[in-house]
Amino acid sequence: MSNSLDELVSSEATDLAIDVQGATKRFGGRTVVNSLEMQVKRGEIYGFLGPNGSGKTTFLRVLCGLLRPDGGSGHCLGYDILTQSTEIKRHVGYMTQRFSFYEDLSIEENLNFIARIYEVRERQAAVEQSLERLGLTDRRRQLAGVLSGGWKQRLALAACLIHKPQLLLLDEPTAGVDPKARRDFWEEIYHLAAEGLTVLITTHYMDEAERCHRLAYIAYGNLLTRGTVDEVVRRAGLTTWELTGPDLAGVAKEIRPLPGVEQVVAFGNTLHVSGRDSARLESSVMRWQSREHRCALIESSLEDVFISLMDQSLDNFK
Amino acid sequence: MSGHRFNIHRFAAIVVKEFIQMRRDRLTFGMMVGIPMIQLILFGFAINSNPTKLPTAILCADQSVFSRTLTTAVKNCDYFLFTHEARNEAEARSLLQRGEVQFVLCIPEDFSRKLLRGERPSTLLEADATDPAATGGAVAAMTELVRHSLDRDLQGPLRHLIARPAPVDLRVHRHYNPEIITQYNIVPGLIGVVLTMTMVIITALAITRERERGTMENLLSTPARPAEVMLGKLVPYILVGYIQVALVLCAARFIFHVPLTGSLFLLTCVMLVFIAANLAVGITFSTVAHNQLQAMQMSFFFFLPSILLSGFMFPFRGMPLWAQCIGEVLPLTHFLRIVRGILLKGTGLAEILPELWPLVLFLVVVMGVGIKRYRQTLD
Ligand SMILES: Nc1ncnc2c1ncn2[C@@H]1O[C@H](COP(=O)(O)OP(=O)(O)OP(=O)(O)O)[C@@H](O)[C@H]1O
Ligand SMILES: [Mg+2]
Repeated sequence: MSNSLDELVSSEATDLAIDVQGATKRFGGRTVVNSLEMQVKRGEIYGFLGPNGSGKTTFLRVLCGLLRPDGGSGHCLGYDILTQSTEIKRHVGYMTQRFSFYEDLSIEENLNFIARIYEVRERQAAVEQSLERLGLTDRRRQLAGVLSGGWKQRLALAACLIHKPQLLLLDEPTAGVDPKARRDFWEEIYHLAAEGLTVLITTHYMDEAERCHRLAYIAYGNLLTRGTVDEVVRRAGLTTWELTGPDLAGVAKEIRPLPGVEQVVAFGNTLHVSGRDSARLESSVMRWQSREHRCALIESSLEDVFISLMDQSLDNFK
Repeated sequence: MSGHRFNIHRFAAIVVKEFIQMRRDRLTFGMMVGIPMIQLILFGFAINSNPTKLPTAILCADQSVFSRTLTTAVKNCDYFLFTHEARNEAEARSLLQRGEVQFVLCIPEDFSRKLLRGERPSTLLEADATDPAATGGAVAAMTELVRHSLDRDLQGPLRHLIARPAPVDLRVHRHYNPEIITQYNIVPGLIGVVLTMTMVIITALAITRERERGTMENLLSTPARPAEVMLGKLVPYILVGYIQVALVLCAARFIFHVPLTGSLFLLTCVMLVFIAANLAVGITFSTVAHNQLQAMQMSFFFFLPSILLSGFMFPFRGMPLWAQCIGEVLPLTHFLRIVRGILLKGTGLAEILPELWPLVLFLVVVMGVGIKRYRQTLD
């Protein structure tokens, strides 16, 4: 019985780009990543979400060998994360949260440097190609330090891709990037994933989370939920009502303490009220139905789900 | 498995990157050239000032032609300014002590009698050598003076007294500072000081800067090995070190006319060890420091004992034993001896070996500590 299970796991392992169990990292007694488990299939775009300080960056660093985990084991691209970090580094492209290329080097020089470090074959051609692909050809001689935030992000992505990695770890790659550039960026990501690249991406944007094939949500180092967007929303068991009418600010104030109401969020001219206890929530919301307000049951959004998860985890861990 | 061993391409990548960064950072580059120049100019004054007209007293207990000739010769010599005629030894001593004169020339009672008998009477030159650089030239002049001033008086039957050794034995007493530093000592020493100062600071900053700017995270996530990163960062600065040395040597030769006797090739080779030792110190500091300011402070922490205890500023043998022990550990101490030996005395490899191996040992130990401490992770 256990034998066949082992076989199953190992046969599965080949098409898993990331397969980690029990990953733990402490900083001076404070557990920042707590026994995290993660499986990411090859060619998948995997979203990694969580509030600030929840340990996302730390987990990515553990994955690519920048931090030594205090516990746990696993494989990254088939290499052991504890012993084979040199091999992992050769096949992973890691885009740091903070811009970490040389600001006193030009775009082209930065790319050349990275290509040399990874011993890219036909380096000139590779640099040329990546400049073109990201639309940086005209700015090649500009110093990286004078680029605007969005262009820095593009440069960082270009540099991460130059050695044709099999796994891309992106730490908030689109923070501060305009919508058009973000769309282009995601086009690029889809394109790469279609070619077989695995992408693990952290983000605080809900629309980006919804674009991922699957996602995981952590808070305070603990994994709270994972799966496809639909699975995550369904599993949360959240009911959401939409209220429309006059003086929504007053309504929000009145409705917040009522039984069953967990979240009240204003969305333009509407109010989203959600909670997990659908019966009590309904009776609370229905008080407004009779007046000049209208109430309608809508689908919970990912954001509602995440905020609800965060509130719960606060109760659990604080 | 090429990822596990030293890789020349990754090493080259880092060298190229460092060169580009160095070229962009004009200020630092300017400093690296400017520091040697400023030090040369500052210390150069000590070399140029070969002071003349130093106040001198004469204590003459012998009234004869010979002693008068000697006194006149001293009065005519540019180095000495005759100011006092001391009546007795106590007075002479107090003049010296109060700093009213720098020299006292004592001619003993039996001077002419001994001279005529060919017994080589001694004259004593007492010197205030607190500022040895100031007295060196004068002392040398006095030696010549005593030797030749009497030649004219020793004619006819006394001619045979001119024979070597000199008819008069000049004894020099250097008070307050038993050891002399000749001026030529300083410029060769400057090579070591300049290298210590810039090499340690610059490398300490170079790596700390990567950490401070966050580029270290990126560098660590690439397959670059610690040895590649370190050596790649060292090579460009070794070159800078040689540029500095060339500057100082040219100045020594053409501005200060220091004789460069020894083999420059040997010096170049030995210098590599010394530069590497200093760079290793810088790198080790950078693995400890959290920011550039700390790295800078640590560099000065190293620089001060180097300059004070190495024998550059103060004579090495004049220091207490504990200070000598510290001095023996410092690379600058050994390098000073080597560079002075090669440049001034023309010593060869065999003679400098006893000073070379402590340098090599220092390099190996510090480099080992540096590589061991260089964290391949961010924790
Ligand atoms: N080197 C370190 N030493 C000590 N504590 C650290 C270190 N790095 C991170 N931490 C702590 O670990 C926690 C998680 O940090 P991490 O950067 O992983 O969060 P994050 O999920 O990436 O947050 P954000 O969304 O803001 O980027 C934080 O509380 C942080 O203070
Ligand atoms: Mg982060």
